[in-house]
Order: sequence, then C-alpha cells, then structure tokens
Amino acid sequence: MREPLPSRQVEWVEGWGRAVGAAGYVYRPTTVDEVREVLALARAHGVPVVPRGAGRSYGDAALLAEAVVLDLSGMDRIVGWDASTGIVDVEPGVTFRELWRSTLGDGWWPAVVTGTMTPTLGGGLAMNVHGKNNWVRGTLGEHCLELKLLLPSGELRMVTPDDDGDLFHAVIGGFGQLGVIVGARLRLKRVYSGRLEVRAMSAPDLAGMLRQADDAKDRWEYVVGWIDAFAGGRHSGRGLLHFANHLEAGEDAAVEDSLRAEAQDLPARLFGVVPKSALWRVLKPLTNRPGMRLINAAKYRLGSTVGDTKQYRQTLAEFSFLLDYVPGWERVYLPGGLIQHQSFVPVGEAERVFARQLELCRRAGLPSFLAVLKRHRSDPFLLTHAVDGFSLALDFPVTASNRARLWRLVARLAEPVVEAGGRFYPAKDAALPGELYRATFHDGQLERFADVKARTDPERLLRSALADRLLRT
Amino acid sequence: MTRRFTHALVVGASSGIGEALARRLAADGTKVALVARRGERLAEIASDINRVAGEERALTFVHDVHNRDEAPALLQEIARTLGGLDLVIYSTGIGHRVSFTEYSTAKDVDMIEVNVLGAMAWLNPVAERFWRLRRGTIVGIGSVAGDRGRSGAPVYNTSKAALHAYLEALRNRVGRRDVKVVTIKPGFVDTPMVADFKNLPMVVSAERAASIILRKAKRGASTAYVPARWRLVSLVVRAIPSFLFKYLQV
Repeated sequence: MREPLPSRQVEWVEGWGRAVGAAGYVYRPTTVDEVREVLALARAHGVPVVPRGAGRSYGDAALLAEAVVLDLSGMDRIVGWDASTGIVDVEPGVTFRELWRSTLGDGWWPAVVTGTMTPTLGGGLAMNVHGKNNWVRGTLGEHCLELKLLLPSGELRMVTPDDDGDLFHAVIGGFGQLGVIVGARLRLKRVYSGRLEVRAMSAPDLAGMLRQADDAKDRWEYVVGWIDAFAGGRHSGRGLLHFANHLEAGEDAAVEDSLRAEAQDLPARLFGVVPKSALWRVLKPLTNRPGMRLINAAKYRLGSTVGDTKQYRQTLAEFSFLLDYVPGWERVYLPGGLIQHQSFVPVGEAERVFARQLELCRRAGLPSFLAVLKRHRSDPFLLTHAVDGFSLALDFPVTASNRARLWRLVARLAEPVVEAGGRFYPAKDAALPGELYRATFHDGQLERFADVKARTDPERLLRSALADRLLRT
Repeated sequence: MTRRFTHALVVGASSGIGEALARRLAADGTKVALVARRGERLAEIASDINRVAGEERALTFVHDVHNRDEAPALLQEIARTLGGLDLVIYSTGIGHRVSFTEYSTAKDVDMIEVNVLGAMAWLNPVAERFWRLRRGTIVGIGSVAGDRGRSGAPVYNTSKAALHAYLEALRNRVGRRDVKVVTIKPGFVDTPMVADFKNLPMVVSAERAASIILRKAKRGASTAYVPARWRLVSLVVRAIPSFLFKYLQV
C-alpha cells in the first residue's frame, strides 16, 4: 500500500456557490519549481491534481474529491508591466483586483473583467471568462498574448496563438485539464477616465429586453440586463438594462483623480449606514421566495419609474463589480448554498428558449432569485461557451429539500438550449448532465480536445469534478 | 438538522451489527466501504448488496484491526475510492468467553486490541480528518456491558468502558467543529457474539439495531442505547452500590 498523503493537508474545498464541495489535499506553491514538486508528489501517490485559483467558479470547476488541490493563489506576482503598451506579465494567482489596481493609474484597465474582482487571472483563462462587454471585446482569452504552461511531465512551454495555435486555443477555456497555467501575458485596454457613462433603461417583457440589448450592443461597450424571474404572464422577462461606455480622452475633467485606485473603492457603507461587511446578514432574512419576489418586484418598479432612461457617471469598479458590493453575499444562501446556470442561445432562438426557461422555473416552483442577461459573440477557442446571441444566467438557492428537484430542473432548462444550437458556461456550472453539455459540440471539438489531452497529459494527472462530469476525457 | 450520508465506511462489516449497518446504508443509497478480516465473507455481502442495488454501492477492503499501522493509508485509499467520506462506523468487537475462575491474559489482550486499540487506530485519523474538514460523523459501537464492571466479563466490560470514554473525549474535541461522535450502547443483539447464550432478555435483531443506530447517527446523538429501554435498565444497574453489585449475577 502507498504511503498516505500528509493528513495535515486535507481541507474542505468548495465552489463559490458553496452548494458543492469535497475534501482535498491542498498545496499552495509560490514558484514554478514548487508546482513541479506538487505534480511529482501527486504522481508518486497515484492521486489526481485539480488546479485551483481563487475558487470563484460557482460549481465544481476547481475541486475533485480526495485529489491534490493545486491552489495557485499564492503565485500572485505581477512580473512585468509596460505602461506604454499596456502589456502585463502575471503569475496565475494575480486577481483582477490586483491587476487593475496596479495599472489604472497608468491609464489601463483589463479588457475583460468578471462581475467580481476576486477571481485569479489563471482561473479566468482556464475557464475563459467574459464580462459585460463580450460582444465588443470577446473573452479574456482574446487578450492573452502568451501562456506559460507547465505540463504534468514537468516541461515548461511558452504557448502563443501564432506558434502553437491549437494548444493555445485548447488551453484557454480548457478547464485546466491540459497543463498548469503558471504565467500569462495580457494586453490591457487604454482608458482615459476612471469613470464610465452609464445609461439605465427598463423593458416590460423579455422581447423588449432582448431588443434593447441588441440595439445597444453597437453603441455601448457594456450591455447587461437584469430580469425579474418571478414575474409571469405578459410581464415575464421584464427587467432593467444598463449600458456603459468609457469616456473618451478629454471628457473627464478630473482624470488624474478618477484614475487613482483609491477613487475606485466601493463604498464602505450602503446608504452611508449599513457596513458592507454586515450587509449579507441584512439580506439573509429576505433570501427566500417571498422575500426575493418582493425585492425583484420593488427593484423593477423603482428602475422602471424613477430610474428609467437615466444617464449618469459611475466609477469603473462600481459598474463592473456589482457582486463585490456585498462581501460574502454567497453566505446568504447558506446552509445549502446556491448554484447558477448560464445558457448561451443564438439570437434568433433566444426569446423562445429563455421564455421557456423562465416558465419551467416558475412551474417547478423554483424561480431564479437573480437572473442576468448579456449579449455575446463567438470566439476562436476550442471549447468556447459563447455564441452569437444572448446568455441568461440564473441563480438558484439550494436546500436539502429542493436539491434533487433543482438538479432535475437544470437538465430540463438545458434541453431547449441544446435543441437551439446553444452552449453552456462551465465556470458557472454544478449540475448540468454531461451528455447535454457534450451534445452542444458538433464539429469534433471534444475529440480534438481529447487528442490534445492525450498529448499533454497522457496519464490524466490533471482532473476536476467538472471535467470528469462534462468532458470524460 | 438531520444528516445525510453519501459515503460511509464500516469497520467490522462481515457479520452482526456491522453487516446490517452496511446493508442498511447501501439500501438508503449510501456508497459504503466494507472493512473486515474475512475477505470471502465480505465479497459475498458486497455482491449481495450490489445485486440488490443494481449498481456498485459496496466496496470491500480486507483488513485485520490488529494491524493498526495500516489504518491511516487504508482510510485514505477508501476515501479516494469512494469519492468522499462522511460517516465512519467502528463496529468491530469481540467478547471472548471466560469462566468465573479464568484469568487469560491472551484473551484479554486480544479484546483490548480489537475493541479499543483497533478503534483508536481507525478513529484517530478519522477524527483528525473530520476536524480539519469541519464535518463528518463517527459512530462507535460500545455496549451496555461497559457501564459496569461485572464479574463474568472483566476485560470485555473494561474494553467497552474504555471505548465509551475514548468516544466521549473525541466528541468533546471534534464536536467544537460540528463533527458528531455517536456512542452506541447496544443491549443484546442477535449476532454471532451472543449465539451461545440462552434466554437473553430484550434481544433485538441486527437489522433492527442497525436501523436505530443510523437514525441516531443522522440526528447526531451523543449516546444512544439500542433499543432505548436499555437506558432505563442501565440507569438502575449503575445505581446499584458496589457492595451489593458484587453479589449479583449480572
């Protein structure tokens, strides 16, 4: 029998939604050599390795029961920065927060950011995350110029889209299954202000939401919609939209001040009263069906009356990182946690599919507590989740009594997406049946991915619960 | 809140209460690792469980609890093979028959090894793991016999009393992190251990005992008598002063 792994390394590792978790042997290397040592240790014990960043994937992307967890959040150095070109070299554990705080003063902002600033860039590349400007800027991977990839064999490879396009486009969005991203070179976006011009709109139904989002996509860099998933009948799909553009050079009179990282700090108190750190406790009593129905309805009423067609300026952080307004917000869903499901549907099918999804949720008695709409375009990555169309992200609370029903509901939500030629977003997923995920690929992408995996990781050392479930590589 | 077990380990699963617990857990949908010395018997039980379940729900691991050094590595292997672990039951136990005038150190040492040291060898690493994970349930099968020192079974009683004290201490350690340690004190259960005894009172089947034990484990009880009326019996027995107890044939 093999020697056991050190028992002191065992930790409970969860997805961000805290609805799924597993025990793992967690190692936190800070150098490439230490990563190599962890890989060698795992191989010697015959234990798989699951790469992990900040653990901000909602589901099971960065966990695997009883595996070695390669937590790369300690490799968090910005190793090179050129303020004249906006090109940055980072270790994988650098977070979006650390990145923008380091570069904004020089007039550069990440071309793509997630709804929270806490994920790592290594994790962001592995899951190929997108932001509210997906239609304009694509995914994070499209702004990556070079990857430093450590193969399970210990070989370090520099991978660029030109030199090894197949590997590059498979690693980005490849769930961390082909090698460990130990460094990346990214190109940032020039900005001339730390503030955005924001416009708020309301729409009375789903058709209106989709139409307005589509109309806005060529005039606004950022397009995001919030939907009241509790509203049924003719109000189904009603919601609010927010569009935003960066200011052009000369439009911000106080540019030097607004580009300071401190000027981006989110307010410490809500309405100047409730400390941010305590806000989740205030929300917790409302995190149930009646409470969320009330909040959703009130939000719509407020947004569609006093807030409608309003135009104003907001800092980049305020607009971009809504999830960070309430630190630890995911705790309102405890003890069961939450799962999210995000479907991507081609333009022409979106209204039918999303209407069906909202209806299925309501009929199942499991309305989404938070529903978000975005506009997307396709990209060149092998396992891309994006299509030329829209996505609808649905948050669901998990309880001991609804868990099985919820998992069945996710499968039912996915069926019309598959039929419509849509895709799913693995970074958010916890419950999608693998066969439905695989059914969204028709051109041999999964086979090509398996071929790359066989070359870069023939022993299948790198695994995750998500990859085991969806890819079966 | 009631606990739900998805991955369980039963040490001593080849007969008696352990076997019944394994079968019951598997019937409830739990994936269960069966650990015991007798590989053939384990394989029969697992095969039976899996046939009824229609899937591989029981896995077998041959192990003699005298080989205490094996426990940490085997525990890790089991957790990995199952894909997790949220319930560990130490059900192995022996009660060598000794006559009133017999003083057999060999038998006594064996009972201590199996009933106490084996439990420690398994439950120490389990407790450490669950402490770190801040979750998990440990069940130890003690006995009402551990509540008093009786003339008929000095070291069996001692072993169970030691197990009770050990489990209580574990509970007081890991309970601070939401780990449950459940001490089970069965009365007479219809198992091979009591097969030679006649006219035992309040005997329950191993299946009935398993059902009660798992109900208590799900609730995270501290100490449970099986069946519950033994708590009253034990209360009375423990209240008997020593100077009287020595004259009783209990």
